[in-house]
This record gives sequence, C-alpha cells and structure tokens, in this order.
Amino acid sequence: MTAVATASWVETTALLADGALTLLGLWGEPDRVHMAVAEAANAAAIRLLTLPCPLGRYPSVGRLHASAIRLERAAADLWGLEPEGLPDTRPWLDHSAPDYAFLPVEGDNLHEVPVGPVHAGIIEPGHFRFTADGETVVRLEARLGYCHKGIERLLQGASLATGARLAGRCSGDSTVAYALAFAQAAEAALGYVPPPRAVWLRALMAELERLANHLGDVGAICNDAAFAIMLANCSVLREGVLREAAATFGHRLMMDRVVPGGVALDLDAAGLARIVALAAETRRRFRPLIALYEKTASLQDRTVGTGFLKPSLAEAFGAGGFIGRASGRRCDARRWPGYAPYPDLDFEVPVLTDGDVHGRLWVRVLEIEQSLRLIEQIAGRLPPGAIRTETPERGATAEGMALVEGFRGDILVWLRLEADGRIGRCHLRDPSWFQWPLLEAVIEGNIIADFPLCNKSFNCSYSGADL
Amino acid sequence: MRKTLFDSLIHPPFTERLVPVPDPELARMAAALDAGSRRRLGRSLAIRMVDSGSCNACELELNALGNPFYDLERFGLRIVASPRHADVLLVTGPVTRNMAQALLRTHEAMPAPKWVVAAGDCATCGGIFADSPACLGGAAAVLPVDMHIPGCPPTPTQLLAGLVALMSRSP
Ligand code: SF4
Repeated sequence: MTAVATASWVETTALLADGALTLLGLWGEPDRVHMAVAEAANAAAIRLLTLPCPLGRYPSVGRLHASAIRLERAAADLWGLEPEGLPDTRPWLDHSAPDYAFLPVEGDNLHEVPVGPVHAGIIEPGHFRFTADGETVVRLEARLGYCHKGIERLLQGASLATGARLAGRCSGDSTVAYALAFAQAAEAALGYVPPPRAVWLRALMAELERLANHLGDVGAICNDAAFAIMLANCSVLREGVLREAAATFGHRLMMDRVVPGGVALDLDAAGLARIVALAAETRRRFRPLIALYEKTASLQDRTVGTGFLKPSLAEAFGAGGFIGRASGRRCDARRWPGYAPYPDLDFEVPVLTDGDVHGRLWVRVLEIEQSLRLIEQIAGRLPPGAIRTETPERGATAEGMALVEGFRGDILVWLRLEADGRIGRCHLRDPSWFQWPLLEAVIEGNIIADFPLCNKSFNCSYSGADL
Repeated sequence: MRKTLFDSLIHPPFTERLVPVPDPELARMAAALDAGSRRRLGRSLAIRMVDSGSCNACELELNALGNPFYDLERFGLRIVASPRHADVLLVTGPVTRNMAQALLRTHEAMPAPKWVVAAGDCATCGGIFADSPACLGGAAAVLPVDMHIPGCPPTPTQLLAGLVALMSRSP
C-alpha cells in the first residue's frame, strides 16, 4: 500500500472532473479509502491511491465527479466513511431507514410511476421511480441495493478458495469473468503466474460466457420490442452454448471452474472438437437471424434512435462494455490494458457512435462474431501442459488488482492478502456502477413503454452492483 | 423473414420430453401436499417468481425454462406478473434484509391456497451467503416453504422436475 497525501487525492479528483482521468473504482476500509484511476488517453496507465482517514472522513470525489457518487454512498454505508462535501448523503446499500427521499421533481402535469422492487417476469429486484408528463418520461430515479448480500463482509477473513467461489457469485451471469478477475488479483498479489494452458482455457470459458450472454441479450432486446421469434431462436443458440459448457466444463455457467492458480479442469481433444463444432454451428444459425433483424423495419423502428446515450456522458462516467462502445468509447480491458492470452490473439473491438438501443444491440452482434473467432483460435492453439499451480506461501501482506472484461464491461477486483494467506479485504467493482446512472439519462424524453427496451439494451447487473 | 418463418415451420420442434430422474426427496415433498391441495392445483400452476437477492444465475436458468427446449407452458406452468393470479411463490436468493419486506408483501398479496417453492441453494438454506449479516438465510426463514429445489443454480431440468412434481400428474 502506498498512502497518498490529501493534496494529491484532491488533485486527482480535479483531473477526474477535467476528464484527464477515468474513475475505475472507489472503495473503503474502516480507516482508509482507495481509488483506482486510469489515464483517459491511455487506459493501460492505471494508478491506485490510498488515503488514510483516521478520523473516518475524506474529501469527496463525487462532489466534482458524478460517477463516484454512488460508490461513496456505498462506502459510507459499508465502512462508515464520510465523504466530505458530497451533496447526496442518502444511504445507498443500507435500507434500514423507513423512508427514502426521492429527489423532488417539480412542474405542471407531472405524475409519478413507482415500479419495483418486484417486477413482472423473471428479473432482478430494483426500484424505478418515473416522473412522466403524459407518456413521456421527464425523470427517472433508480433505487438499488435490494440484492445487497454483504459479499465484501463475507470475503474478509475468507480463504482464497472461498473467495473465488464468492467472487463467482457476485453476478452469476458473469461468473467466469468475476472468478477470473479475482484469480488474477490474487495472482498479482502473490506474484505468480498460472500455466499457459490454464490461461488459454480461462479465455475460452470467458468467450463462451460472452457468447451465451450476448446471444441471450440480442433475443431479449428484440423480444422487448415484441419480436418474439428472435428470442425463441436466440435462446435456442444460447442453450446450445450452455449445454456444450456443461458437457465440456461440467457446469452450464462454468461456475467455480476458474480458480486461483489455474483452472479446475482440463479439456481433451474430443471436448475441443465439440467446442469448435459449436462455434461453426452457432455462426451458421446466427447469420440468418441477423439478416432478419436488418430486414424488419418495424423492429428497427423501435430500436433506432431510442434511448440515446451521449458520447460525452459515456466518457465522463467511464462506461464500459457495449454501452460505452456503442457511444464511441474505445474501451475493452482485453486490449486496454490487456491481459494474456489476448495480445496473442486476433480480434477486433467494435466501436460505434449510434448510442441508441440499436447501437448497443449491434455492438453485441459484432462481438458475437469476434468471440466465435476467438473460441476457434484458442481451441486451435491451446498450449499443452499443466492446468494449475499451487498457491505459493507469501508470509507477508500483499495487495493485487486486476481488470477483466466481462460481457457487460470491465470488472475490477482489488484484494489484500494477509500474512496467513487469508483475505484481509477484497473489493469487487461491477461495470454496472458506471452504467446504471446513465440509464436514468437516456430514458429522458422517451416514452415509459420504451423503458424495458432501454433497460434490456443496458442489461446492468443488480446483484453485481448491490454486492 | 418469410424464409425464417418457413424454416421454423418445417424444422422439427426443439422441445424435449422431460425424462424424470427418480428423486426420493422430491417425491416426499410432493407427497406431503395433501390430496385437497393437489385437486385444486389440478393440471396447471400459476407461478409468481420473486428474486430475493440472488446472484442472478438462478434467474438465468428460470428464464431458460421458457426456451423451446424446455417450454414450461406445455406442462401447464405459467409465470404470471401479478401475485393475485398466482398459486405458487417461487423464491430465489438468500432473502436479503433489503428484500424481505417485498417478499412478504408479495406472499400476502397472493390468494389462498398458496404454496412456496424455494429454488436454488441460496433460497433453500442461504447457500454461500448463509452466514452473511445482510441475509436472512433463505426463504424458510420468513415463509412456510412447501418444496425445496437445490442446486447452484438448479438446472432447468431440475427446476422443471420440481415444479411438475408439485402438480397432481407428478411423476
Ligand atoms: S443458489 Fe447459486 S446460482 Fe442461485 S442465487 Fe444462490 S449463488 Fe446464485
């Protein structure tokens, strides 16, 4: 840990507000606060700042830089740290107070529509407070935290093995990416690298996960525009991926397959052949579905121009994943800063400027092809050898951090291991932290009926951000 | 468009037969439902699903039940939007403190007779979050649970088997 002085904390805050730096995360401990930032012009230049706060207070970053507001509210709830100067001091994850004061909205002819936390259908819990003028949304305020499970508390004092299982259940749809980020952070702390075959198998699982999720999302977005045939067909393709995952890796979502030091199980030649066949079959069957989307004007009538996210906002919030990339942000942790084995693989990072529901859908469509290419390359060039190394004893405290590209964006994991090898503190930052607030911005001026469509095109994680 | 629709017409259905895996535990739980409730449930179940703070993987698998392979509606199982229409409350997640009230209110809003199914290790016993001070440790901590479907997450087949066992024509 390298402690910084208050002056340099404040200076960093100013650089964030100027847009010279991008916020990657902000998290607390009882007596200190940490912040990770990257240079806006060079995403590989990452800095970690730790500010001791013996009095339990620190100068707020959210005061000047909006993307830190919810992180600071969460740190206040979890660690009792007071962000000095933060205008919004309402609790975020702590729902114990009987009332929650939604921000006032004033004007003529406005009415409020409260939705959730229990929604129609099978989705996660969250509350959305719409203020509408007729059908048009003038303001949306989300209240989250319903999935708060105390994950970071459970991680304190946990073994590495338990930590990996907990990380893999932070947001189940990204279980591989989370377990990978956790493993990489632990490996960085302990200063060891897993065997090459393990690194490549991890990437194979990560791409299968991305593929399955993107296929599911493309179908679900079209379904929210009442085009159910896409959902039926995409869900068949998604099921195909999950079944192959079960057949080759022993679990449909590949939970607990990435572990610190490597992976939990190997693939034989037959398994690899199945995965290559899956990629070819998925490509063959996905292509006509995309042609169908492109030729259906009534569907694009719903997606084009709906829920526009300004590139400047995406940049200011450091929004990752398809949300950032559909609004012109050049970001993808696999490339910037990049991690093995991706520098050895050939893939493109699609960046569009549409910024609407269609743009976010189209980034996914392009990424599906990239993931298929990656799966084929990895299966064709998988290095031989061991799949796991034993975790070394370190005997001293050590910190590590990792940034991994999950299907919805960059996941940051930071941890400190104590001398006995147990976890002292671990923070998991879901990409959704920097995406949820933008959903409130894009829905403005759209009709309430388009909210499900916008929401699905974002597909933020409730559980991942609620911790 | 026309080609895709045509292909869908001539393609044999994806839907698979549910091959029941004999599970004494499921059979025991189903048998525990008295004959009267079985009669009332008949051949259809309206299910209101509530995520009480799951990691969302249980939801992924519940959603998969709607895909053409599993097609849960052919069994008379229907996910409904309103608790007022529901016979069964299907709970996932370890019941976080922040979701407990909403979960109880949903249960209260359901007309009697009503049943509660806990799906996934979290809902059945708190799972990996059992010791968290932010969670209550599963559905049974706040509601009378009629059936547990374990798994992390349970596979669509396990979920289907559990729900089908609830009905009178259970395997
Ligand atoms: S049972 Fe497993 S998959 Fe389901 S919510 Fe709990 S941790 Fe997630």
